[in-house]
Amino acid sequence: MAKRSIVPFGPQHPVLPEPVHLDLVLEDETVVGAVPSIGYIHRGLEKLVEKRDFKQYVYIAERVCGICSCGHGLGYCEAVEQVMGIEVPDRAKYLRTIWMEMSRVHSHLLWLGLLADAMGFESLFMESWRLREKILDMFDETTGGRIIHSVNCVGGVQKDMDSSMLNDILHAVKDLEGELKPVVETFLQDYTVQSRLKGTGILTKENAIAMGAVGPMLRASGVEYDARLLGYAAYKDLTVAPVTSQECDSYARCEVRLKELMQSFELIREAIGKIPEGDISVPVKGNPSGEFFMRIEQPRGEAIYYVKGNGTKYLDRFRLRTPTTSNIPPMVEMLKGCQLADVPVLILTIDPCVSCTER
Amino acid sequence: MSKVSKSPWLLHYDASSCNGCDIEVLDCLTPKYDIERFGIINTGDPFQADILLITGGVNSQTESVVKQIYSQMPEPKVVVAVGICACTGGVFKECYNIKGGIDTVIPVDVYVPGCAARPESIIDGVVQALKVLDEKQTALEAKKAAEKSGHPGTAGGDGHGISE
Amino acid sequence: MAYQSEIRKVTKGEFFPAIVDMKAKDWRLVQICAVSVEGGYEMSYSFCKDYEMVTLRLDVEMDEEVASITQIYPCAFLQENEAAELFGVKITNIQTDYHDRLYRIDETAPFKKKE
Repeated sequence: MAKRSIVPFGPQHPVLPEPVHLDLVLEDETVVGAVPSIGYIHRGLEKLVEKRDFKQYVYIAERVCGICSCGHGLGYCEAVEQVMGIEVPDRAKYLRTIWMEMSRVHSHLLWLGLLADAMGFESLFMESWRLREKILDMFDETTGGRIIHSVNCVGGVQKDMDSSMLNDILHAVKDLEGELKPVVETFLQDYTVQSRLKGTGILTKENAIAMGAVGPMLRASGVEYDARLLGYAAYKDLTVAPVTSQECDSYARCEVRLKELMQSFELIREAIGKIPEGDISVPVKGNPSGEFFMRIEQPRGEAIYYVKGNGTKYLDRFRLRTPTTSNIPPMVEMLKGCQLADVPVLILTIDPCVSCTER
Repeated sequence: MSKVSKSPWLLHYDASSCNGCDIEVLDCLTPKYDIERFGIINTGDPFQADILLITGGVNSQTESVVKQIYSQMPEPKVVVAVGICACTGGVFKECYNIKGGIDTVIPVDVYVPGCAARPESIIDGVVQALKVLDEKQTALEAKKAAEKSGHPGTAGGDGHGISE
Repeated sequence: MAYQSEIRKVTKGEFFPAIVDMKAKDWRLVQICAVSVEGGYEMSYSFCKDYEMVTLRLDVEMDEEVASITQIYPCAFLQENEAAELFGVKITNIQTDYHDRLYRIDETAPFKKKE
């Protein structure tokens, strides 16, 4: 019987830019248990609904997380619109979709870079982040912000894109697609990458469902579920098919995200091809009264936005269940039995977003 | 900036930000902005760091971590508060778990505004920090020289000093 | 609307059998949410299967104890601890109970009272 020891992991550590802490229970080099402890970035944003009215709160919702900012704005607005029975103009729906897919591209490229960094593959990290700049430039051109865009508002969007902007996006997507090819090839074929990812961090289909995994984690374990198929924004008019893999390991999760990148490019093209002319927002009258659970597919997985209004301009309750909250229990499950040296890479394969989780 | 006398090492810590500024800090290290052209390297070890880039307002749990990291850094050291939350608390100021800007916990030398701070302004902040670092270095050396010659306190400057 | 979800009110007696039933039918637990209402809390437990979503709604009085569902859904521990710490809901027997030290905030149950 090997001796048990507990190794603290974090909060300040080189894998992630965000602080998170884990107590790893080890038997020699093998992890037998992990206890996550969070709270380093807890701000209590859900409480702010009592101080900001429901239209102002969009800006707070966007600042729950800088990486998933666009999606949080969208999810919150859609939830309030459902409560109030607002029908958003079609053009706004398409614009939201285009921004949302661009945000998925930026998030996945960011993740690929961080994964490469965690494996010690520095040049791959730099290359992924260099390519990500192309999408950030497009955000800058169309919204005026690189990270936080503030384009969604209750009743539509705040900014329109003219045809030259849409053209620029198409060009950027084309460039990106070409330049990504060697990167994708490296991630999928390279010996170093394969030796770190293949066969590690197995999460079986049964476990994924039982532990409540979401997003690429769930799909990489062979479950076909993509909240985009619910048809919010303009997704009901576009072709979305969940990208899945049956392998259940770290490599599968990487593969799913790479394929989703390609899918996002197609969706951006399709949306730009179909975007109708018209208004970008409708006037909002009255205050929300009632409740609604809104589900949207964030880059990291399904997020749930719960809004409860009481007829005043201040909401009773806003709750955000972020993808990482759901992915932490499967991660703990996945860590059991792995080697200590694999822990950083395994944590990264769930694409943790601590700022989202703690709000 | 005509020349940089040192190749300072950066340490980045997220006190409780939304990630926006953090990924922009990382962005500064990648090919497009490439802060390494100033001879700067990102490190994860406070004992080796000269400049602390810190994002987000402080909460009760990160307070001790921030203080510890600051105390572990060798003199002279410079603190750069990145983003409006690190400067004043920003949009999170009214949250129950936010104390306010970084300067409520440790002394801050350079303030970089923005939500999220753009890479250009972060680089500008770091370049300003280099100047502060040089000043602190000179002051520290002067103090040491004064102590050696047996006249402590005659030479001006204090290694622990904070320039506003 | 395709993404409408059902909210089912359950009494305290029906609550546990309903959760066991969900588990037996392979529903995924997707979220747990507490809301402070006058004199108590409203707990919502949401489940998804394929694209359907069902929320079980349980009304709890201020000092009433709620049994944890972690024996059935182990992944509930984070969100139950959160409800216990931020709202002051008395949830008993959470598997890995953080005892109000999940977020380690200075205030006790900040969401309990409305401002």
